[in-house]
Amino acid sequence: MLIIIVLLLAGILCGFLLRKKKRVIILADKLTNWTIYLLLLLLGIAIGSNKKIINNIGNIGINAIIIALGTIIGSILVSYIVYLLYFKKAKDEK
Amino acid sequence: MKNSLIIIAFFILGVLGALFLRIPKSMFNANLTLYSLYLLMFLIGISIGSDTKVWKIIKNTNIKIVLVPLSIIVGTLLGVILSSFFIKNISLKDLTAVGCGFGYYTMSSIFITKVSGEALGVLALLSNVFREIITLLFAPVLVKYFGKLAPIASGGATSMDVTLPVITKFVGKDYAIISVFSGAVLTILVPFLIAFILK
Repeated sequence: MLIIIVLLLAGILCGFLLRKKKRVIILADKLTNWTIYLLLLLLGIAIGSNKKIINNIGNIGINAIIIALGTIIGSILVSYIVYLLYFKKAKDEK
Repeated sequence: MKNSLIIIAFFILGVLGALFLRIPKSMFNANLTLYSLYLLMFLIGISIGSDTKVWKIIKNTNIKIVLVPLSIIVGTLLGVILSSFFIKNISLKDLTAVGCGFGYYTMSSIFITKVSGEALGVLALLSNVFREIITLLFAPVLVKYFGKLAPIASGGATSMDVTLPVITKFVGKDYAIISVFSGAVLTILVPFLIAFILK
């Protein structure tokens, strides 16, 4: 797990140092896309061959919707308080 | 948006391949996933580090902008607790890890699969995909009833890229900076928070 965090931080540092080299950055972005495609394909294969998950996909889907709605509602309500307290007024005064 | 569709297409291709073509799981060495994940983390780092937009925003904006991602984190955690009342067979810890994907479904699903297995990984994938889709579809409604931060909050980590066009369209350009900043902070925090929660 630690190695993942270290790699992310190393990437941020490299990206910052290389930020002027547009061609390297574009290449890295393309490679990022293809790595994501590969990983999601592999995840798909792992899930498709896992009978327990496939037989239970309806339940998992419902739970996923509950979590999505819960986290969205929570985020919106707390940010709405922050908006009313700190953002709305400041913007109106402008 | 187009890229999201391609990503989902690859995932579905994998599922169908395993279901109907009987691609054996062992055909792909588990190490391939692990090393691809390492590569991905490094590449994501490069894309964050090279984003001059984000560095500029951090340099010259008001400190209160930090409240936006902070409120999204607090709200997401409260939302996880809320949803835990309706979901019986998954521990609050696992639910929290899933929620802390903040819509960033590629990273969270791959990462959670690696740490906690496929069952939780697929839940992370679906719930975070739903978070992105709901934000894309309901951004205008959210702005109307819950203020200009609402679609940024709903989008979570995606407010810096995938959902940014919708947010800018319905909230206005002056909030684009807040949207990018908040999304970037949450994006960087996803692996840290998940690692911390599931350790």
